[in-house]
Amino acid sequence: MKTNDVPQDDANMLQGKFKEPVYSIDTDGNYTTVKSVGWDPKNAVMQEAWDNVNEKIEQTRQKVLSGNLSPIAYYIEKNIMDAGLVAKYMGIWKWKVKRHLKPRNFEKLNDEILEKYAKVFSISKEELVDISILNNHK
Amino acid sequence: MVNIIPNIELNFTHKQFAHCENGVVSNLLRYYGIELSEPMVFGIGSGLFFSHMPFLKVGGIPVTSFRPLPGIIFKRISRRLGIKFEKHKYSNPHKAMDALDENLKNNIPTGMLVGIYHLTYFPDPYRFHFNAHNIVIYGKKDNNYLISDPIMESYETLTYDELLRVRYAKGTFAPKGHMYWAKTIPENIDIESAIIKGIKHTCKDMLTIPIPMFGVKGIKFLSKKVRSYPKKFGARKAASYTGQIVRAQEEIGTGGAGFRYMYGAFLQEASVILKNDELKKLSYELSEIGDLWREFAVIIGRIVKNRNKADESYDKAADLLLVIADREEKFFKKLKSSIT
Repeated sequence: MKTNDVPQDDANMLQGKFKEPVYSIDTDGNYTTVKSVGWDPKNAVMQEAWDNVNEKIEQTRQKVLSGNLSPIAYYIEKNIMDAGLVAKYMGIWKWKVKRHLKPRNFEKLNDEILEKYAKVFSISKEELVDISILNNHK
Repeated sequence: MVNIIPNIELNFTHKQFAHCENGVVSNLLRYYGIELSEPMVFGIGSGLFFSHMPFLKVGGIPVTSFRPLPGIIFKRISRRLGIKFEKHKYSNPHKAMDALDENLKNNIPTGMLVGIYHLTYFPDPYRFHFNAHNIVIYGKKDNNYLISDPIMESYETLTYDELLRVRYAKGTFAPKGHMYWAKTIPENIDIESAIIKGIKHTCKDMLTIPIPMFGVKGIKFLSKKVRSYPKKFGARKAASYTGQIVRAQEEIGTGGAGFRYMYGAFLQEASVILKNDELKKLSYELSEIGDLWREFAVIIGRIVKNRNKADESYDKAADLLLVIADREEKFFKKLKSSIT
């Protein structure tokens, strides 16, 4: 790639936090880096991955609101995790996390466990148990 | 937290790089008076690779990768340059932080592995659960750690708790507080022989691994898979599967087109050091191959945008992969014979 061809297609994927060096060849035939804010095809595949994540979050949100899943299920998707990864952060077995996805088991959880889950999801315990706030999480 | 050490700031010069593993090595070595560019570190560490492993899935999507496993470049470069690194993992997070403070007190800039997901200064679209990111800590000021992150343009800071959290990220490649620092640096570095070893290893990786998932064979294998995706999985899933290939290829840290451009820069630098004009010619050829990878990304980008329709472009993408595989096979054979 020539330095002039280094794309500058901004889709705010880097949020202005930095630009990415891309190796390319200048007019004298020397390799150098040119900083890029993004490239269309790359933005498209990134967006696709996030669309999938967001779709899953939305489906799970609906299931929590309709009482089929506990809020833990929602925050797992929201943090792009799965039961296995949450179990590792919690230091408990994966099957236990899966049990806690059922609303009736979730209701029985003690404060200590709830605090721990909340910390993993970077929210407060109060937020975790308050299903009504999910109405506004669109 | 008790502030056990006063403000310390080592005389550490940060430079931004495309790839974190190369970047940390390059930044650390500069502190000890060894100037090696990112492409040099990448080339000597044999960082260029290709693999497609359909049975290994991340987020339900088969993994295609343009690099060896995390840590490999690091291992190879230290062996080939004769630099000894001290490495440690800690089961107790607070001990890991104490050990870091102790290092800073002794003026040792310290590299470490961290998870990206909780890295506060990272752009949100790139924050996923990837645990093999490398940074250097070179000081502490008002209880904030001073960070040189090769991906970032300037210095960053993290609090004690923030740093502890990313050092103990969980999941695949969990860093477990892993940190490393230079122990002994040889007086004379035999750069020529390190370059040749690096090139030979890459040629071997790309041409001769007898498993169809790696190197040039892996690209042909992927071509077959891509062709079968729309029929086998339907439009939506096929788009996700091929999208991952391009995400890996153009990920932050590749310097573009699956590291081909970065390796080209390495070959150009190597041609001067080894006084070998053939390597310079090959560096341009590799840039052209990088352009073909970009063409592939353009096709996939279009497929992904129209992901709800089945698309005949999958055949075009698969054909292009065969062209690339053929070009790379010839390229690495020429590269091999150019240094022997």
